[in-house]
Amino acid sequence: MSTLILRTAVKYLIPGMFLFSLFLLFRGHNEPGGGFVGGLVAAAAVILYTLANGVEMAEKMLHVSPHKLIATGLLVALVAGITGWIAGKEFMTGIWLDMPIPVIWKFGTPVLFDIGVYLLVTGMVVKVIFTLADTREGGNQ
Amino acid sequence: MTLFQIFIPFLIAPFVPLIGKKREGRDLGMVLALVPFLLFISFLFEFINLKPASITPEVYQWIPSIGVDLAFRSDGLSLLFGLIITGIGSAVFLFAGGYLGRGIETIKFYIYILIFMGAMLGIVFSDNLLLLFIFWELTSFSSFLLIGFKHKYVASRYAALQALLVTGLGGLSLLAGVILINSVTGTFSISAIIADPSVIRESSLLVPIIILILGGAFTKSAQVPFHFWLPNAMEAPTPVSAYLHSATMVKAGVFLVARLNPVFTGINLWNDSLMIFGGTTMVVGAFLALKQTDLKKILAYTTLSVLGTLIMLTGYGSDMALITMIVYLTAHALYKGTLFLTAGAIDHSTGTRDVRILGGLLKKMPFTAYAGIIAAFSMAGMIPMVGFVGKELLYETSLSGEPALFFGVLFAGVVMVYSAIQAGIHPYFAPEKETPLSPHEGDFTLTAGTVTAATLGLILGVSASTLLAGMVGLAVSPVAGKTVDVSLGLWHGFNMVLFLSLGTIFAGYGLYTVREKLYLLPQVYGPLEYLMPSKLYDKALNLLMFTAKAQTSFFQNGYLRNYIITIFATALLLVGGYFFYHLDLTELVIDPSMEMYEAIAGVVIIAGAIIAAVANSRLYAVMALGITGLGVALVFILYGAPDLALTQFSIETLSVILFVLAIYKLPKFLKLSGKNSKIRDLIIASSMGVFITFVILAVYVHEHSSELKDFFASESLPGGKGRNIVNVILVDFRALDTMGEIMVLGIAAIGIYGLVKLVRKGG
Repeated sequence: MSTLILRTAVKYLIPGMFLFSLFLLFRGHNEPGGGFVGGLVAAAAVILYTLANGVEMAEKMLHVSPHKLIATGLLVALVAGITGWIAGKEFMTGIWLDMPIPVIWKFGTPVLFDIGVYLLVTGMVVKVIFTLADTREGGNQ
Repeated sequence: MTLFQIFIPFLIAPFVPLIGKKREGRDLGMVLALVPFLLFISFLFEFINLKPASITPEVYQWIPSIGVDLAFRSDGLSLLFGLIITGIGSAVFLFAGGYLGRGIETIKFYIYILIFMGAMLGIVFSDNLLLLFIFWELTSFSSFLLIGFKHKYVASRYAALQALLVTGLGGLSLLAGVILINSVTGTFSISAIIADPSVIRESSLLVPIIILILGGAFTKSAQVPFHFWLPNAMEAPTPVSAYLHSATMVKAGVFLVARLNPVFTGINLWNDSLMIFGGTTMVVGAFLALKQTDLKKILAYTTLSVLGTLIMLTGYGSDMALITMIVYLTAHALYKGTLFLTAGAIDHSTGTRDVRILGGLLKKMPFTAYAGIIAAFSMAGMIPMVGFVGKELLYETSLSGEPALFFGVLFAGVVMVYSAIQAGIHPYFAPEKETPLSPHEGDFTLTAGTVTAATLGLILGVSASTLLAGMVGLAVSPVAGKTVDVSLGLWHGFNMVLFLSLGTIFAGYGLYTVREKLYLLPQVYGPLEYLMPSKLYDKALNLLMFTAKAQTSFFQNGYLRNYIITIFATALLLVGGYFFYHLDLTELVIDPSMEMYEAIAGVVIIAGAIIAAVANSRLYAVMALGITGLGVALVFILYGAPDLALTQFSIETLSVILFVLAIYKLPKFLKLSGKNSKIRDLIIASSMGVFITFVILAVYVHEHSSELKDFFASESLPGGKGRNIVNVILVDFRALDTMGEIMVLGIAAIGIYGLVKLVRKGG
């Protein structure tokens, strides 16, 4: 599958896909989108890259290992949940900042939670793909 | 204050590895022994200053919605147990460091035993039944870790599991009893229940409550027929046996019975059960002790006998019997803890616990010998030990009770003397024999605790009329439920009881002279073997394992297709059957009109499904499924669910890629289903399809007006600050669900990784 055309196309497609995934993530609160589908699109970008260049290159491109993405995502989601608790409300209560933030308009723990979902979903799919697509002996760690 | 005292062990436990880095083995023991020792001092001060009239429970709210408070009550009974737990604890903590030596295992040991000590203190100070239950389970749990401490041995693991299952089952029984009590009285507070026992006593649930509570107490305190776990638990290191299985945990059952005695006493079922089970255990334990040659087993079976005696005494119910119970319990904790630890010291120094090859240790281990002999005197009931006071009281009490129990008490008394000679006299005075190691006295960590505990037994005996009487007076009142005047004395003149006492001592010595014959006694007698509780336990466990295995291999045989068949068939039979039985076909509205684009989406979905079903290669099947999925996404778009469609598109794309990658790894040849299984699959699949179709049609007719729908629609923007209701539900209203789901996703990724990599490595 590793053809010159695919490799070249991927080079230009990937930044767009990542941007689109972030766009989906942050618009999700008001328009169709959200962390889950955003994560899927981000993962799709990594997969495309993997198909073109192989697992080893994809790992290099990603910089962080996917299981760290999974762990970070879970942690971020948990922090989002606990923040409400620390603020003296029920666990998982949404806390919003009053001042508007550029680009994403509003920021609060639900957005943070969505970021956690995004990271985890990306990490999860990428982890599975790396595992399945990896033909090297001894694993991808 | 009590809260703080109880949680100290739990607070210190996590820091044991840190302390253990600096100090190892016996030094670690010396440092950590300060924990029980300081607690002991604090309990002692409380005990001395105790004013029974002005005891108020210490209450902190914990889970107010179900009435569980961190409620503690330090009355005489709690404090006496607290003193035993921390006092014997100090000796055991000190001993264990020297006994176990250096290494990571010792650190683990101290973590477990600190947790155990905290849990045990929790039981005796709890003033809330559910809180008591939680600590109760925590002792079972930490006991599991401690019995299985030498986890490399099958016997240790077997014994640990057995103790956990038996006491765990009892724990469930206790929980059920506690809940029933709550349903009757509306409270979990022990103080409140004791203050007004009439509610329980007159309720229709009285019998089940008593049976369930006793179920918990009898398993924990190893009463026949649940006694078998205790001797097996001797697989634990000796300090554990000394602490858990003689001085503290097994007495938790006795404590529970004593604690609730004011509520139930006078009810025949309560008193008779206690007397029957306690009496039986007393005799059975004593009988089984006769043939033992292992020091720890001797002590274990006599412990059984004593536990039975204590339960039985509570059953008598008279003030005299309760006083006896407290004295006997105190005496037992002191001498049995000591004897276990001296047995450990002997084992440590000679390399054996077999009384047949032990002897002549008096000069080689003088301090251990002193402690062992004094403790043996107390166990045998020799004047002037506290054991003597206990035995005198016991004989006096049983003389006025059931004759059968009286003879049981005498028999147990004789065996007690015999076992005391074996465990505490014989190893020091018998002729010296060859042992695996050459005996030598251990350092002071191995002797200090035993010498102190044994001496304390002597002091309490000598001061029976003052110190002991005062202690017992404070402890017995909560058991009796009223103030009890206690007058004890060491010397009552030459009377019937003293004569009996002397008689048992001679008889016990008589048994000792014929011990070689006793060792040859069979463990069970003929047909009784089939009724042995330990055998029944094994059978029940095997049956459970067999059933679980059979059921698992039937339902979860590793073939995904069979799982799906099982799930679908079950759903069809149970849900589908009920659904079609109640379905009113005339109600269904079927609107055959459709737009062109709807028809196209439908055709795509159906075509994809058919291709997937008839495809001869996995790859085709997967692609065809992908087409069906995309068709469904099309439907989502047509009916205005862009969020779903977006996700569906991504998921379908990704799953096709995943499938292709997975199929790539599968063997090339595909075995196709035979004709019969094809027909079976066709029937199941199409029935499921029909079923789901009708469900959807029915839902369409019976659309329920849901408050949730309106709530989400109206609250999304003001409450969740988002216009996309689906997303607001996901990340705000139902964020906890999402949290769980993403956790599952993460675990699934790790699972897939493990599966693929392990299989690949394994070949």
